[in-house]
Amino acid sequence: MQTRTYPPKPSNVYLFGTCLIDLFVPQAGMDAVRLMEREGVSVHFPQDQSCCGQPAYTSGDAEAARKVARAQMDLFKQDWPIVVPSGSCGGMMHEHWPKLFAGDPVYGPKAVALAVRVFELAEFIVNVLRPDYSRARAEPCKVALHTSCSARREMGTRGHGLSLLASLPGVEVVEHVRESECCGFGGTFSLRHPDISGAIVRDKVDSIAGTGCQRFITADCGCMLNISTAAQHRGVGVAGTHMASFVCERLAGESA
Amino acid sequence: MNARTNMLNKLRAAAPRGASTMPDVAAYYAGRPAATLAERTERLAAELTASHADVRVVSRAGWAVDVARALEEKGVRRLLLQSGAEGQLLAGALPAGTQAAEFSRPLEDWKAELFEDVDAGFTVADCAIAATGTLVHLCGPHMPRTLSLVPPLHLVLVDAARIYATLFDAAAGENWPARMPSNLVMISGPSKTADIQQTLAYGAHGPARLMVFILRAEGEAA
Amino acid sequence: MSKHPMQFVPSADFKERARGALDDDKLRKSFRGAMDFLQAKRRNQFSDEEERESLRDLGSAIRKYALANLPDLLEQLERKLTANGIQVHWAETAAEANAIVLDIMQRNAARRMIKGKSMASEEIELNHYLGEHGMECVESDMGEYIVQLAGEKPSHIVMPAIHKNKADVAKLFEEHIPDTPYTEDVDELIQTGRRALRQRFMEADVGLSGVNFAVAETGTLWLIENEGNGRLSTTVPPVHVAIMGMEKVVAKLDHVVPLVSLLTRSATGQAVTTYFNLISSPRRPGELDGPREVHLVLLDNGRSQAYADEQLRSTLQCIRCGACMNHCPVYGRIGGHAYGTTYPGPIGKILSPHLLGLDEAGDLPFASTLCGACSEVCPVRIPIPDLLIRLRNEAKRNPNETVATPLRGQGAKHSAAERVVWQFWSGAFKSPKAWAALRWGATRLRAFTPGAQAGWTQHRTPLKPAPRSLHDLLKDKGQPE
Ligand code: SF4
Repeated sequence: MQTRTYPPKPSNVYLFGTCLIDLFVPQAGMDAVRLMEREGVSVHFPQDQSCCGQPAYTSGDAEAARKVARAQMDLFKQDWPIVVPSGSCGGMMHEHWPKLFAGDPVYGPKAVALAVRVFELAEFIVNVLRPDYSRARAEPCKVALHTSCSARREMGTRGHGLSLLASLPGVEVVEHVRESECCGFGGTFSLRHPDISGAIVRDKVDSIAGTGCQRFITADCGCMLNISTAAQHRGVGVAGTHMASFVCERLAGESA
Repeated sequence: MNARTNMLNKLRAAAPRGASTMPDVAAYYAGRPAATLAERTERLAAELTASHADVRVVSRAGWAVDVARALEEKGVRRLLLQSGAEGQLLAGALPAGTQAAEFSRPLEDWKAELFEDVDAGFTVADCAIAATGTLVHLCGPHMPRTLSLVPPLHLVLVDAARIYATLFDAAAGENWPARMPSNLVMISGPSKTADIQQTLAYGAHGPARLMVFILRAEGEAA
Repeated sequence: MSKHPMQFVPSADFKERARGALDDDKLRKSFRGAMDFLQAKRRNQFSDEEERESLRDLGSAIRKYALANLPDLLEQLERKLTANGIQVHWAETAAEANAIVLDIMQRNAARRMIKGKSMASEEIELNHYLGEHGMECVESDMGEYIVQLAGEKPSHIVMPAIHKNKADVAKLFEEHIPDTPYTEDVDELIQTGRRALRQRFMEADVGLSGVNFAVAETGTLWLIENEGNGRLSTTVPPVHVAIMGMEKVVAKLDHVVPLVSLLTRSATGQAVTTYFNLISSPRRPGELDGPREVHLVLLDNGRSQAYADEQLRSTLQCIRCGACMNHCPVYGRIGGHAYGTTYPGPIGKILSPHLLGLDEAGDLPFASTLCGACSEVCPVRIPIPDLLIRLRNEAKRNPNETVATPLRGQGAKHSAAERVVWQFWSGAFKSPKAWAALRWGATRLRAFTPGAQAGWTQHRTPLKPAPRSLHDLLKDKGQPE
């Protein structure tokens, strides 16, 4: 992960919603829009978008991944930042699209140009929008934080997540045991190796539950669904909330 | 020779063309603040102590007496010496109960005796490395490889003036590439292992105890 | 643990063995304990982040440089070693390497071999081969010795007996070493091992060792260890044979300096190990000990396949520190034996396909969440997840497709059915219309979401689409495009 330089606050951004949020957690996408609009930014959502191509990419089908990624690459015509409310998808676009299209005379340069415009939501809020959340709800609240591994390593999302949560009054982040360890999701890994994946997520659920927090915050829907449904399966009272939704919740009732 | 040709041919066919630049290790280590002799001595002693060695700083005039006293403390009966002036000096200072002999016969002539009867080996380190608490031995005619390895107690004399700050400094300062002995050994503590449930135990296969006598440099106060 | 493999088991059984390991509570505890311990020790060694990262840059550059010049460096190494009196042998395959070692033994009328730690010898299954030819090989590294007594294989490349606890070792020693009472006192156990092996060092006709780095500039074999068994194996017997993967050469002696620092700190969290043993020649005239003959076997065994491909070549940067396995969430759950290969964990997943072919090791690249913990700690910056993805592509590729640098076993995991799934998937996601239809279906028919979802619901509740997709919600809101 390189340290990147951030643009000044723009008037317009694109939202890349990601397929998981689209289908399973659309409220997180809506909340992401709300947070950016709160800062006076106009959020554009090209309706033709679908998925970054990560599932096929990590499964070893680069051709299928390219087909899907290519279909996204012409949707963001203006030179605006592309904000992604999911770290691992952001990482796919920021880190892997250039590799996926290396050597492609048309899409290669395009991927490189797009990559620098891609930001993970928390990263974008903290470093570009720099909001003032001092008037958010102040009652104390303890949460655990989970960051997707690829996102943390490719996009530095742990730092961004922590800064964002730190800017919210009353919110205390409790670190859990082996916080940086993978939750066992790994996209199709969870289907291909259910036993191993199951063992890893079991430990993750236990370590979050071990903090006494019932709730963990994450900016990654894959991990969030994995951990939450695994906890539910075992009847452990731990559930995830998307970062955007959590911030909105803390801002609720804020005098506009 | 067939395998050789095949292997090299395959590699040559695949090797990247064009020159690659040699990494500059010297540049990486350059510009670190130099440590004074006193700091190097202190660091060497501290690191070796942390590695479970018994370290004593001794004077030029009295070191042999100090070593002799240690031998008596440890109840060493048979001591094996590195041939040379220091060994002879030590031999002259030994306690009554300690028998000393120079390592002077080829190993195969007395292997069992070396393995079974010798209590301690005495060597003079060529130089030392402060940062890691390391004693460097250049093995050759006067420094048998097994002397610092087979006896259960190893006593080492090292001159403080010969302590380098780092491994890089030692390798460069001593110009090792130009004068590699048949066996260069770096020793940073007694033999140890953590192979059973990560529990550290000393005296795995080499010496269980290491005693280091650092000869205080000339002109340094006691 | 004894239900785990004694002999090499092809990785086709990977899933089954993984399941067995997951069910073994004691085993999981052993690995968890060991990994927490090793992770903490490594962390303490690298408290200065800037120093760590710059050292990793340097380490990686040194290994890259060595690989870029590999054929030249190997020839230079051979020249220097030969001039120093060390005999160099080249082995393309495991079988050739074994035959070379046997031949050396036979020419010296040798029968007993004492072994220092050598993963390369594990890779070629030397003990087994020599045993078949009437030779006796005894492992002398405490961990290797324990594993050999148990009739097993190492489960970690640095700590071979990491899967065993004190009680296991106590039982083994009581059973196999005469006059040994049961004790869980580790000091006593180690002294027992020491006594049992002392005689073996004295009697051995040949000592065998691995090599950590070979220096082309000086013709030096650089060996790293804590126990002293490596020094004994390479010093006491009249003949010393070293085996090394041919990628382990570096250009200059001072190139080893940052590499050893990275290696010991990454491997066991030590600033240095007890012994660095730099061997540059057999016993010279006038010297009183040291082997009369020293041999080096340079082993290819599939490495040239990785070398041939620009991306996969970085696999060979590895300095075998084991940090990738110490930090791997999969390795930590299933342990080393489940992999069924000499090199387990992340490095095994990227190396084994070259040593064994994708037909035998093709499962391994898929057994990863791609979390990247491995590449984050790798001291020489091998981009392990990228290589895993690449190997997945090669395993899935049509076996008949012609590519520039084909891998052995290409297409071993090619499945027409899976291709169809991905074709359907890419069809759906590359077309806005198809994806819209799919969204519509999934959200409207959510009541019919199956309760059992392949693999997923074994450990989780089913996933259920939301009633309305983000697309729909934003369209309703009148979001600009
Ligand atoms: S791949 Fe990297 S981390 Fe793993 S053993 Fe090799 S050098 Fe160490």
